[in-house]
Amino acid sequence: MSESLLDIRNLNVSFQTFAGTVNAVRGVSLTLEKGETLALVGESGSGKSVTCRSVMGLLSKNATIEQGEILFRGSNLLAKSDKEMQRIRGKEISMIFQNPMTALNPTMTIGKQVAEPLRLHQKFSRTAARRQAQELLELVGIPSSTKRLNDYPHQFSGGQRQRIVTAIALACGPEILIADEPTTALDVTIQAQILELLKELRHTTSIIFITHDLGVVANVADRVAVMYGGRIVEIGKVEEIFYNPQHPYTWGLLRSMPTLDDKDGELYAIPGSPPDLLSPAPGDLFATRNEYALQVDAHYEPPLFQVSPTHYAATWLLDDRAPSVIVPEAIAARRQYYRQRQTGLTAKEGLL
Amino acid sequence: MTTNISDLLRVEGLTQTFKSGTGIVKAVDNISFSVYEGETFGLVGESGCGKSTTGRTIIQLYKPAAGSIFFDGVNLSGLRGKKNWLQFRRDVQMIYQDPYASLNPRNKIKDILGEGIDVHKLAKGAKNRNRQVAELLETVGLNPDHANRYPHELSGGQRQRVGIARALSVQPRLIICDEPISALDVSIQAQIVNLLKKLQQEKRLTLLFIAHDLSMVKYISDRIAVMYRGKIVELGDARKIYHSPLHPYTESLLSCIPYPDPDLEKNRRRIIYHHHEEASGSLHQIFPDHYVYCRPSDVAFYQQKGASKEAGGLDLVSITPTNTGILEGVVE
Repeated sequence: MSESLLDIRNLNVSFQTFAGTVNAVRGVSLTLEKGETLALVGESGSGKSVTCRSVMGLLSKNATIEQGEILFRGSNLLAKSDKEMQRIRGKEISMIFQNPMTALNPTMTIGKQVAEPLRLHQKFSRTAARRQAQELLELVGIPSSTKRLNDYPHQFSGGQRQRIVTAIALACGPEILIADEPTTALDVTIQAQILELLKELRHTTSIIFITHDLGVVANVADRVAVMYGGRIVEIGKVEEIFYNPQHPYTWGLLRSMPTLDDKDGELYAIPGSPPDLLSPAPGDLFATRNEYALQVDAHYEPPLFQVSPTHYAATWLLDDRAPSVIVPEAIAARRQYYRQRQTGLTAKEGLL
Repeated sequence: MTTNISDLLRVEGLTQTFKSGTGIVKAVDNISFSVYEGETFGLVGESGCGKSTTGRTIIQLYKPAAGSIFFDGVNLSGLRGKKNWLQFRRDVQMIYQDPYASLNPRNKIKDILGEGIDVHKLAKGAKNRNRQVAELLETVGLNPDHANRYPHELSGGQRQRVGIARALSVQPRLIICDEPISALDVSIQAQIVNLLKKLQQEKRLTLLFIAHDLSMVKYISDRIAVMYRGKIVELGDARKIYHSPLHPYTESLLSCIPYPDPDLEKNRRRIIYHHHEEASGSLHQIFPDHYVYCRPSDVAFYQQKGASKEAGGLDLVSITPTNTGILEGVVE
């Protein structure tokens, strides 16, 4: 097997807080291949942002990487010095942050900000960097870019600012782009435009896309990792996660999304609230919210069971000894579609 | 239920302006609608369309620049006297977007909930007040022990439940929910929507639900008004708006919602709406209780469009009134 572009192995990150140690990421392993878009899904506190910030070397001071390796083209990023990381950050791996309102410097013109990584990493001359900055703005769809180079962030709308942030991230032609909830703060119409933009990039750049919106995931991702309580609970190709989900948490997420169909009734809600990572209960952290929890869940965390060569899920339901359960109706429909899809019985037009 | 539907809230020709550095911004531009007693009315639109301004003007946080607001038949601009205002403040309550900023961090939950009870003198003594607080917490699905906690000890979803309990504490008739779920996690959003829906039915409340997320609004609303640039562009039954939208902006908004279905997403077309100022436009009735913002000459077109959509035959998404050219580009 060829080497992955990014290979995170058994990452464990903890934070020292006044209240005690928080184990935010507990044994996360994942790979990112060249040219693919991987979506990291989960609610706040599930560890998705911490995982990505570890890759960027941007963890706060009270964070400790307890264990693990992050291999970027074979070399461990965690072993690199700050100087070496500065050369990689923004050049080979770059990041788009959630809030475009705060990610830009309000006192610097857009032209300067887009040109900054080029001046820094590529040692471009001022004029060459400016010319390149203009081309980048054109690429991300900022009209009349020559004139707008001299404008300040407040003169742009939210969607345009997110495009500018994207242009900065793309300036040096990074191999990996980490997008941390890039559309959560935007309106749906603007979100659709930013997603189009990111999809155009995928031939040249590998993308890690953090979000909690499964609709967005279905739109952009090739592969999906679902995180809960600092662990990956299910990972697989996008069609495996959406049409053949195995973990009850993934079921819950899918069921709580409003769908196109006409069934009015009540919206499914995952009961309870996110787990307390300060004093985690023994066993599976999702067990208290899980209507399919088995007795074993109270004592042991499930390992990742293999469903297919590309699909893994951490639920005891996949163990040979587990009783068979009745899958929720909406999930059963998804699975049936999956079977039809596998055997070529459907035209792959979606569930409707 | 009575067969005679009455307006609990009526907004007529409401206009709201703000001074900005360079001039005057019309945030809300001559809108009219009614909210019936006992229904949930959804107000949807993108940021900056004026939906929150409308909600805040109704609760009189701003004085309207023009137009009138009637609550229970009484014009608010003519409301005089401390007693009447106190009654209005009791009848109309609000739930805010940010559950972190809308609770006083120095107050215990029981005092946050008790403040309204005190102001309106609804409790006879401390014991009774504590009992009411405990009941409120139970109503919104929290533990009565939470009364002695501070807001920072609660999660976002729990705080929003406190926000709902506070609105309920004075037994209001109308609650204005200003984006109550958009700051919450997906798994919690559904909990809050279901709670609001349950309370609305149990307590016969009237809700004005302001949101930018059309897909969630459909689940809770009976009727929906879609706002764009300070105007209502379409108003009608929630299902109708969702399944056979007539105004191109509503179509565009619906086409941009991503669904958790990868195969469907691969094949969906997004419709981009290009704004054209229509000088002679206003809200016209196309079907009973279904209104669209258009010129009088386009009414017939929309009637035909609606009829075809109902029949489910033609794909009329890309067809627009002749000579207005509202829809220009269609992207994948």
